[in-house]
Parts: sequence; structure tokens; C-alpha cells
Amino acid sequence: MPVATAPARAESRPLVPLAILGLALLALAPTFLVEGYRLFQLTLAVIYAVAILGLNIVTGYNGQISLGHGAFYAVGAYATAIMMASFGMPYWATLPIAALICAGLGYAIGFPALRLGGLYLALTTFALAVAVPQILKYHAFEEWTGGVQGVFIAKPDAPFGLPLNADQWLYLFTTVIAVAIFLLSWNLLRSRIGRAMMAIRDQPIAAEAMGMDIARLKTRTFAVSAMITGIAGALSAIAVEFVSPDSFSVMLSITLFVGMVVGGIASILGAVFGGLFVVFVPNLAEEISKAAPGVIYGVILILFLFILPTGFAGFLRRLAGPLLRRWRDGATTNQDGR
Amino acid sequence: MAHDAAAGGPVAAAVAALLEVSDIVVRFGGVTAVAGVSFAVDQHQICGLIGPNGAGKTTLFNCISGIYRPTEGEIRFEGETITGAPRHRMMGFGIGRTFQNLALFRSLSVRDNVLAGAHCLGHAGFMASALRLPRARREAAEAEARLHHLLGLLDLEAVAEVPVASLPFGTQKRVELARALISGPKLLLLDEPAGGLNHGEVDGLAALLQDIRRQFSLSILLVEHHMNLVMRVSDKVVALDFGKKIADGTPDEVRSEPEVIRAYLGEAPHDRAA
Ligand SMILES: Nc1ncnc2c1ncn2[C@@H]1O[C@H](COP(=O)(O)OP(=O)(O)O)[C@@H](O)[C@H]1O
Ligand SMILES: [Mg+2]
Repeated sequence: MPVATAPARAESRPLVPLAILGLALLALAPTFLVEGYRLFQLTLAVIYAVAILGLNIVTGYNGQISLGHGAFYAVGAYATAIMMASFGMPYWATLPIAALICAGLGYAIGFPALRLGGLYLALTTFALAVAVPQILKYHAFEEWTGGVQGVFIAKPDAPFGLPLNADQWLYLFTTVIAVAIFLLSWNLLRSRIGRAMMAIRDQPIAAEAMGMDIARLKTRTFAVSAMITGIAGALSAIAVEFVSPDSFSVMLSITLFVGMVVGGIASILGAVFGGLFVVFVPNLAEEISKAAPGVIYGVILILFLFILPTGFAGFLRRLAGPLLRRWRDGATTNQDGR
Repeated sequence: MAHDAAAGGPVAAAVAALLEVSDIVVRFGGVTAVAGVSFAVDQHQICGLIGPNGAGKTTLFNCISGIYRPTEGEIRFEGETITGAPRHRMMGFGIGRTFQNLALFRSLSVRDNVLAGAHCLGHAGFMASALRLPRARREAAEAEARLHHLLGLLDLEAVAEVPVASLPFGTQKRVELARALISGPKLLLLDEPAGGLNHGEVDGLAALLQDIRRQFSLSILLVEHHMNLVMRVSDKVVALDFGKKIADGTPDEVRSEPEVIRAYLGEAPHDRAA
């Protein structure tokens, strides 16, 4: 199965900024429409969407398969938790630092990754995901990481006397950051850099002949990807008010990968769907059968991939394709008609 | 003597070749694919490189485009040595290329494939692109303008948004050509552009190559099996056989060269379209 499925869309049409604005408003609406645990779950879905977007940039767009992105998520989460608990930093101030740490780590891992193609890279990153929880438990770091106990942090309240409860504020804060990350990623992936990422994925020899410095682009893409997933991890620490090694098992990396595939490989919007899927479908499975939720989840997943082999984004694209084409053809005819 | 140098100097500089290939040898293990070939391509010249299958044309082509590093010899472009320069620098030097067996970015649209060729014109990095800083926007607009010109020239406007993999072979070849041209190269390297085209398409290609040379004021090195096309469009032809140069001159000179006739004898006397 080819990793690539997404044809890049035409940009800079008036419809696009409007659609983005509409989606941003839609994303913010639950602050006032949803309550309590459901709102918390939505917050988590938004966080997972960001993490999946990060993974999708390196794997979907650049073709470097990572089965270990949970490691960056964990490092981002611990960075924020430690800065808050041990150094008393405000939650919002920890985010840029956590982002930088994860970008640096991603860059460092991007270098050996250059020498490893396809499945070897997948296994190496997988090994990273296996190692991270144990490194977090390691007693030499216990003073900061809290060893197996982990680190507890306090839930932030809404600032400036905003009339929002803690859950609402958390959702709003998370979503505003997520929307910003999605917008910046949208720009990046539609620029010469994003095009180069996809070109390298599709046909590296031709990409090089077009003047693309593969080593440089791949390492930087890895760094950006790790940074975005790391920010998601940092947000998760704030949302869950707690980090521990067991929250970041290998399963997390697999979950992110599943979210990417069901959402749509090399799709920005697909990441949102992926986030919703990995948070709500296990819940649904639990409701259907308390005894064997894993089986139900597995069946739903298989059915889903059977019905929508190109992910949710591929499905949307198929639906919207004819409509968009008609709209675009109409627009061209009008122009010609003048 | 001083007089000679003064007279010869500026003239020599003015006619200096764009591309100079000197004594190139390429060995793969025991196989000598290219055995000491030298030739030059001048500004605005269309130079054909011909020879039977296995003569070493593609290997030589790959040396010039930086895919292979020659075992011996030197390649100079605008007087500078480019042998062994990193592959991704070639486009920046002004050397564009197409591939014998098509190497397009399969999942991307025609538009994005062609724009990818403009990568070397831009400088905006990750940060500038994500934030859409003015410089990034200016570069994108510039590339877009070049794109529209090329899509028009190569008759690709109607398929601009179509994923390239779903297009017919001949159209894909034009996309590759557009991708190689968008950065405004000084030398265009074409490896068997007529391969897989029918007679009508080959006629169109001949006219197109002349047109491109004029519009973009560039030189073309045309590696081609298709004798008829090469003889029709080239100002100069270099013939290879078993890795050695066997002729170098105008199409008429090369056509009547006994070595060339011998190399092509035993094969179909008419065009050997691949
Ligand atoms: N990568 C390679 N490894 C080994 N031998 C090669 C390689 N590439 C080409 N050759 C050999 O070099 C000779 C010239 O090949 P090539 O340059 O492809 O010829 P042409 O393009 O003129 O048909 C042939 O004998 C071929 O088998
Ligand atoms: Mg060949």
C-alpha cells in the first residue's frame, strides 16, 4: 500500500480562509455547549488531534514511518510537569520550553533516522517508545520524575476573572493553541517546504535533482513533527493534572498511529477525526461490551478501514471532490465568459 | 605573442563552452561504461548524444547531472568544475533534467509537480513558510507566475489540478519538462524524451524543443535513441559506442561517418524508436 494518498489541494481561494474560520468557531463552540466529563474528553481529543498532526507531518507527508511518537508526547508531558512541580513555573510558560526540548530531541533522532529507511526506521522509533517509560522510572531522575509515582500538578483556573470553570478554560486554552498549530501547519504544508516533504516521500531521486537537500529537510521535518507531538504531550499533562510512566506505554505510540491512519494519511483535517476516534471509539466499545471492549474496538477498527480504506479524509475528499470540481469549473467558465 | 594573447583572450572567453566534458571514465566494477569521452556544449546549442543501446549515454548523462561521480575526468559548467558536487546543487547551478523512465511525484498534482521544480529559486524556510512571512509569499507568487507561463506553453492548463499519476504517458513527459524548465536552467538535460511517443508526438516534440531553446535561451543536451529526432533538431551530434566517442560534428557529418554507420548497422536502418 502506498503511503501517499493525498493530492495537494489548490490554495488561496476565498473559500479556504472562510472554511478555516468556520472550523475554528466550530472548534471553540463546545466550551459553552458541552459540560463536565464530556468536555474533558473533548479536550483530550483535541490534544490527540495535535499529536496525530505531528506524526502525520513526518510519516504521512514526509514518508518517514515513526512508531514511536509517544516518546515525544511523553517528553513534552514530563517537561511541563517538572517545570510546574519542581520549578513553580506557570503552565502556559512551560509550553514553549517543552516545545523546544522536543524539537531538539526530534532533530537529534532525525539524524540517525536518515540512514534508516522504511521499516528499519519504524522499528528504531518503536524501540524508543519501548525505552521511554523505563527511562522515566529510572531512580537517578526520581527527584524530578517522581519515579513510578509520577508527578502531580494543579489544574489551572481561568485567568482575568473570565466567567469560565476550570474545565471550560482548559478546553478553550487547549483548543486555541491547537487551532494555531493547525493553521501554521496548514501554511507549512502548502508552502515550498511542504511540497518538498511530499516530493521527497514520493520520489527522492527526482527531489534531489530539483535542488532539495534531503538530509536537511528530513531532519528538520522530524524536529517539527516531534515538537508538535511534544506540545500535545505538554497540554495533556496540564489537562490530566498528572504524569506517570505508565501513561506513556508503547500503546500510546500505536494509538497515535491508528489515529493517523483512520483520520487519513497526509491529511491535516484527518488528524482531527483521528483524535476524536482514538478518544471516543474505545469508550463506545466499553459501552457495547464491558467484558471484551478490546474485541469490539478491534472489530470497529477493521470495519472502519474496510469501509474507508483511505481514512476519513479520503472519504470526505471523495464526497467533496465532484462538488469542488463543479464549483471550480463554474468559476473558470465565468472568468472566461467575461 | 602578447599580441596573439590580447587578440585571442576576449574572443576565447566569449565563445567558451557552457558545458565541457573532459576525459570522463566510468567503471562499474569490471564494466567500463564510459571510456574517456570528451565533448562540449555551447551556449544556445542543441547537442544530440546518440549511440546504440548500452553505449554509455545514460551513464554519461548521470555524471553530468551529478547522480554518478565519474571514476576519472572532469566536468565543467560555465568554466567551474562541478564533478562531485552534491546532487541537490545542480539545479542551482542552472542544470535542469528529465528522467528516462519518468520520475514524477506520483501523488501530487501537475501543479505541485511543476512548482517542486522551482524549489531551488526559493529561500523561505520552515519558520517563514509556516508564518507566511512576506518573503515566503513573494517567492510563492513568483513561482506561481512562472507556473502559469509553463502550463500554457506545454498545454497543461486543463490538467493542472489532476494527480499526475492518472495522466497519459505523453502528458506526464510534458509535466517533467515543465518541472525542469520552471527554474530557468541554462542547460537542459533530456534523457530519451521521445521514448514511448508516437510519430505525431515526436514531430510535436521536435518543434517544442526548438521553441523552448528560443524562449528560454538555453542549451539542450539531448540523449536520444531516436535518430530522426536528433538529426532534425541538433546543431551538433556526439556519437558513442562501447563507451567511446566515435563521432562529433554536425548532423550531416555524423550521419556519414563510417564508424557511426557500422555501429548502427545490423539494427533497423530506419528510426529506432524505443
Ligand atoms: N549501475 C550500473 N552498474 C553496472 N553496470 C552498469 C550500470 N549502469 C550501466 N551499466 C553498464 O554500462 C553500460 C552503459 O549503459 P548505459 O549508460 O545505460 O547505456 P545507454 O544509456 O547508452 O543505453 C552498459 O553495458 C550497462 O550494462
Ligand atoms: Mg539509456
